Amino acid sequence: MPDSAIEMIGVNKWFDDFHVLKNIDLTVAKGEKVVICGPSGSGKSTVVRCINRLERHQKGVIRVDGIELTDDERSIIAIRSEVGMVFQQFNLFPHLSVLDNLTLGPIKARGLSRRDAEDRARQYLDRVRIPEQADKMPGQLSGGQQQRVAIARSLCMEPKVLLFDEPTSALDPEMISEVLDVMIGLAEDGMTMVVVTHEMGFARKVADQMVFMDAGEIVESGPPGPFFEAPKSARCRQFLSQILKH
Amino acid sequence: MRTPAVLALLLVLGACSSSATWGWYVIDPRTAQGWTNVKFLFNGMAATIQLSLLAAAISMAVGLLVALPGFSEKRGWRIVNRVYVEFIRAIPLLPMLFWVFYGLPLIFRSMGLNVPIDAFWGAVITLAISDSAFTSEIYRSGIQSIAKGQTEAAQTIGLTRAQTMRYVILPQAIRRILPPLANQFIYIVKMSAFASVIGMQELTRRANELVVTEYRPLEIYTLLIFEYLVLVLVISAGVRWLERRMGSNERG
Repeated sequence: MPDSAIEMIGVNKWFDDFHVLKNIDLTVAKGEKVVICGPSGSGKSTVVRCINRLERHQKGVIRVDGIELTDDERSIIAIRSEVGMVFQQFNLFPHLSVLDNLTLGPIKARGLSRRDAEDRARQYLDRVRIPEQADKMPGQLSGGQQQRVAIARSLCMEPKVLLFDEPTSALDPEMISEVLDVMIGLAEDGMTMVVVTHEMGFARKVADQMVFMDAGEIVESGPPGPFFEAPKSARCRQFLSQILKH
Repeated sequence: MRTPAVLALLLVLGACSSSATWGWYVIDPRTAQGWTNVKFLFNGMAATIQLSLLAAAISMAVGLLVALPGFSEKRGWRIVNRVYVEFIRAIPLLPMLFWVFYGLPLIFRSMGLNVPIDAFWGAVITLAISDSAFTSEIYRSGIQSIAKGQTEAAQTIGLTRAQTMRYVILPQAIRRILPPLANQFIYIVKMSAFASVIGMQELTRRANELVVTEYRPLEIYTLLIFEYLVLVLVISAGVRWLERRMGSNERG
């Protein structure tokens, strides 16, 4: 078994003529928490979306838990079954109750019985601290609750890696901490996480590795201590001073 | 608003007096002959309804079958969808009806098959196929209106493309598809009148036949128009009821 959960070697991607990812090298060890930050349009979301093939990379190698991600449908399915994802816009299924949102994947993709899937769903709703919302529709929940349901929905697939694409950016300020608390809990339990976020307080607390991206490149990466105290590059220094100013 | 109402009233009142131009007696249910004529006309109703329902059901099924390849990642499948829609949509209903009724049996015969196509089935096939190009486009726009994030979320929890469509996209799209589909159904009911030209005994055919014997086109065709109006109003009410039921589900 490989030690790294995710390996990206020389990954490049273009949207038509636009070079969005330039030679991305990133290794995420098992149990490691990586926080990616950078200005908007820097390619940080695209990196995360390449890992489970929501975007196709054109050059380079991506391996998840030793499986190489290729155009082969089987490799894509194998990797998606190990990787959960939490989106900025939650993307809950609005026509299904919270419980049905959580059981759909386990029942249809994993072949669990409804009973087992519901047991599992309730267990993870407990974990994100909203067991009482199981029978509501997503539209009846606050943004923070919806995002926690979305996290529980990913957890129900029992992934080895969780990707977060700006999970708190669409939330009202008073709801951000309830989502971050859940994420910190997951981190403490040893989940491998790749998080795109601007929440630097969260990053300082949980990150093992910080990554700063700009214009499609990884400009700087390293452990959070030196990263925050003494960023090496001018661009990173400038970015951090801007988002930490207030 | 008031002027047309007054005019309409005058028209009806004027019609009731037996002047030289109006002769409501032909469809006056109080007289024996009038009652026979009215029954003759309304007897076409069942055929019109059967024809429309069957054509609409087939059109909805075929439309979905045609719409799905339009979402394929493979270009060949998308071309199949485009060619079907563009081609079928371009054929006027009446020529297509003639082609199906008079032409299609010849094709079957040349293949050694004996498939008789009577007026009813000729009309059903024509209406269904002609309409399916439009229902297919309705499905397409309804499905495309569901945000991309829904598909992505479904993919990340391991659903296949077919499962994503079945459990995530279609249940949401159906609410946006239903109102324009209802429009199409109304359109089918009205277009079913064309079946009269190949001899199917539906509402319009019956009216035509009665006009030939009674020579009272104005009165008979007026009643015919009201027969279609009643049908369409009933459909509209049904659709509104259905929409309300589905709408309340969604909010939940």
